[in-house]
Amino acid sequence: MLHINCPFCGLRAQKEFAYGGDATVKRPEINKEVSKEEWDNFVYMRKSPRGKHIELWHHISGCRQWFKVQRDTATHEIFKTAKMSEEIV
Amino acid sequence: MRQSHRLNNIGLINRDKVITFNFNGKSYQGYEGDTLASALLANGVHLVGRSFKYHRPRGFIGAGVDEPNAKLQVTINGHSEPNINATEIELVDGLSATSQNCWPSVEFDIGAINNFLKRFFPAGFYYKTFMWPKSFWYKVYEPFIRKAAGLGVASLEKDKERYEHKFEYCDLLVTGSGPSGLASAYAAAKNGAKVILAEDKPRYGGTLLTDDVSIDNMSGKDWSEKIISELKTMPNVTLKNRSQVFGYYDHNMMVMFERVGDHLSNKSKYTPRQRLWYIRAKETILSTGSIERPIVFGNNDTPGVVLSSAAKEYMKVYGVLVGRKPIIFTNNDSAYETAFEFKKNNVEPIILDTREEHDSEVVQEAKNKGIQIKFSYGVIVANGYKKVKSAKIGKLTKDKKSLESTETINCDCICVSGFWTPTVHLASQSGNKLKFDEKIDAFIPDKSKQNEKTIGAANGSFTLQETIESAFKTGSELSSKITDKNNENKIPTVTETKYSVHDKFWCMPLPKNGNPKRFVDFQNDVAVSDIEIALREGYRSIEHVKRYTTLGMATDQGRTSNLNGLQMVSNIENKIVPEVGHTTFRPPFTPITIGTIVGREVGMEFMPTRKTPMHDWHEKNNAVFVDAGAWKRPRYYKQGNETLLEASKREAKNVRENVGICDVTTLGKIDIKGPDAAEFLNRVYTNAWLKLPVGKARYGVMLREDGMIMDDGTTTRISENHYHMTTTTAQAANVLSHLEYYLQIVWPELNVNVVSTTEQWAGAAIAGPKSRDMLSKLFPDLDVSNEALPFMGYIESNLFGVPARIFRISFSGELAYEVNVESNYGLFMWEKMMEIGQEFNNQPYGTEALSTLRIEMGHVAGPELDGRTIPQDVSLDGLVSKKKDFIGKNSLGKEAFTLENRQKIVGLVPTDRKSSIPEGSHLVENEKAKLPNPKLGHVSSSCWSVENNNPFSLAIVNDGKNMIGKKLFAVSPLKNTSIEVEIISSHYVDPEGKRVRS
Ligand SMILES: [Zn+2]
Repeated sequence: MLHINCPFCGLRAQKEFAYGGDATVKRPEINKEVSKEEWDNFVYMRKSPRGKHIELWHHISGCRQWFKVQRDTATHEIFKTAKMSEEIV
Repeated sequence: MRQSHRLNNIGLINRDKVITFNFNGKSYQGYEGDTLASALLANGVHLVGRSFKYHRPRGFIGAGVDEPNAKLQVTINGHSEPNINATEIELVDGLSATSQNCWPSVEFDIGAINNFLKRFFPAGFYYKTFMWPKSFWYKVYEPFIRKAAGLGVASLEKDKERYEHKFEYCDLLVTGSGPSGLASAYAAAKNGAKVILAEDKPRYGGTLLTDDVSIDNMSGKDWSEKIISELKTMPNVTLKNRSQVFGYYDHNMMVMFERVGDHLSNKSKYTPRQRLWYIRAKETILSTGSIERPIVFGNNDTPGVVLSSAAKEYMKVYGVLVGRKPIIFTNNDSAYETAFEFKKNNVEPIILDTREEHDSEVVQEAKNKGIQIKFSYGVIVANGYKKVKSAKIGKLTKDKKSLESTETINCDCICVSGFWTPTVHLASQSGNKLKFDEKIDAFIPDKSKQNEKTIGAANGSFTLQETIESAFKTGSELSSKITDKNNENKIPTVTETKYSVHDKFWCMPLPKNGNPKRFVDFQNDVAVSDIEIALREGYRSIEHVKRYTTLGMATDQGRTSNLNGLQMVSNIENKIVPEVGHTTFRPPFTPITIGTIVGREVGMEFMPTRKTPMHDWHEKNNAVFVDAGAWKRPRYYKQGNETLLEASKREAKNVRENVGICDVTTLGKIDIKGPDAAEFLNRVYTNAWLKLPVGKARYGVMLREDGMIMDDGTTTRISENHYHMTTTTAQAANVLSHLEYYLQIVWPELNVNVVSTTEQWAGAAIAGPKSRDMLSKLFPDLDVSNEALPFMGYIESNLFGVPARIFRISFSGELAYEVNVESNYGLFMWEKMMEIGQEFNNQPYGTEALSTLRIEMGHVAGPELDGRTIPQDVSLDGLVSKKKDFIGKNSLGKEAFTLENRQKIVGLVPTDRKSSIPEGSHLVENEKAKLPNPKLGHVSSSCWSVENNNPFSLAIVNDGKNMIGKKLFAVSPLKNTSIEVEIISSHYVDPEGKRVRS
């Protein structure tokens, strides 16, 4: 079971969180024309990297905040967690 | 009764407490502090089971977690459990055990015929034989294998025992209380670290209890007792015996299995039987020690062949002799200590040492004690069927590949030692890649992967001096990193026998005549010949050899067999062991009970139960409940002997004719506030929201980005920047997460806050033609006329002094209202409604009637909004705005979503107007067509229409628009029904929607 450092609450057990997918996916802007390719990429196309991955987690049984986690998908090592407003480089 | 093999003045058992137990129908006696194994051995019982494949007689090999054979069916307090390791379970009053895998008895087992047919049971037997003919598998082979190869019987009774889970955090977890565990825990505790020390056995001390050493001029046992008693006084230390750390998971999470009550004959009602600990440790010390491995020889599975360390443990801990005429068969010095222990107890051993004429401290001591030693010797075959009677021994040639001479000597046990294998399972589970240590020809942990450090014998360090020193150092270093304290430790002085080099010898050659089985894996009955076959047939990878032969795949995880198996493969393949590699170690290290995994989460405690404030009233009024997620909702209120169908018809009919009330508290409710709330709703829902006036509700549909409907519900504008959203009961949590996702991640610039208020409001729907009359009596001061409170209107008022929200919304299709009050007043509201509703023939109605009402109206719900439908599919395209953008809009333009013949919701009636159509039925054109019969759609919801008095269903059908008037068959292979149906409009009642506006 992972141990995740919520940027708002601190280290908590994985049980308290829900996974939310790739954090680098950007939704096309609302009320703007978008090409079919761009839209389909946004809705369906995801990379599934082995190794470092920046992803979203939601502290559903805690502060209810979504935030970013940089995790190694092979080893589960977590390098960094950050608020949505912060960048992970 | 005399315990024939019990010694008088040795052992740590409590001789004042005699315990009577039963084994295979016979009564025996042992002492408190015995294991079932030691008590049986004390009575001279070696034969405890039959082997898995060949049903060969088997006895004890080990004295603890290493035991591969002695798995028994054990009954304590009426609770029966299979596969209990006799070497681990403690003796308690009333314990009763039976052998497994034998019929009719362990003494005479019919399956043993397999042993004489063994040429038919080689490696890969199951793969090869039972593959053909395929049709035989279910009817012939599988039942046969199941009956013949059973490993005990699971109880069919409900487990009445209590199990618990515990979550713990600590600075340092130490797994194993041998010398390395004790010293490191002690050093860490002295530095003020929060330490948990886990010991699998009832007694702390590990090998200190049996090894002939001294520490600070105390015996190993006395020193361990001194350390333990000091640790017990320290508030920062948790000592746990009978506790096995069996799994090493991510982020330094360890799981430990504690046998809390198994050894207590009178445990209190609330004492759990076992407890599962989830321990998150900052640092972990793996002091798991090592396990002796056997040397492979002919018939080495005969009862009476035991590990030399086990023989010593039975003497020193339990005061039990495994035999009176022992052969000590070894390739190293450590087994000499077992010989010395026999000698001390007046038993004359003979030592067979595979090493050539050898000199070392222990050899000298043996000679001084007058013990007979034969160098370059080994056991070739153990003779005797149910018990060792003699042994054919032989002198090895110089290259040790053949025999110079053989002879037979009498013996009643063979104590074998093939050197030591570090217990690296936990290190391996942590992700540590193991490395092969040539010196001890075994794997030891390599670089730490997580925060784990392996020390002592588990790390291949077999001298006490070295172990104690490194343990003090490691315990002190790891803890001072955490506590910043650095207590000076005085490293104790150690006296121990210096061991010389061992012989890298692991398998005896076969005699010239005879071909006895030489077992590598006892629990899975894998012999040397099986591994040879696997290699001959082309299996090369050790993982493949493992699966083909089942080597190391039994519940003992190959603790005694792994390395011998690897040696075997490497010899035949002419590779060195590290090139062959090792198989993967996976948790659990030892079998654990299902009860512990489940813990308290059984029955009603499986998940939380959510009850509405009116729950007790429903219960008192004969409600039959249904689970809606975690909620309990009344399905119907039973009157007399009514069936579900009769009751729901009555309740639904009463709504259509008079008025009914329904507890709708479980609907998801989300409070939405902020200056951008309208804009946010406009993006979330498919329809327009910017112009909704204050005091009005609107029905909305929200999509996922892929265009599928996520949920529907009404949202009401309470004030300028304040909305009250409702969701379906099932989707409430998902919708809240969805809204938070968009507000926090996608559009953080929107100034809006959302919070769940589901539990803050109790809700009741009042539905039926008389609902307005009833409402006016509930709110006598309020104008509830159609003009003052029109359809989709909203008013705040008070219900006899209680603040209330009144929404004019309808799910039933009737004139209807929904009243919300603060949860605490829910029951008050409900009782007032029941009281005032009497004159209007008000009746409460449950979810079954609720479904009936919405289905015959053609209102969609969960079964239609199943994550695979877009708005057009369920005739909600009128709610999809063409002008504005919203979540999922771009997907609706997809080609497949705009096809003319796309699936669509329709209504169905059976042509006989009688047969109810099972939900989930498939719609086909020809009920008799050959399979696969093309499916044209499926039945999503079914009811008995109270308006038309016949069955009615909703269905999603291909090209639904053009199917009206056609006839199809609704077939349900599950219910074995096929019903001819006529396709009609999904709006079966009041298609113009006049009633809701009346
Ligand atoms: Zn949080």
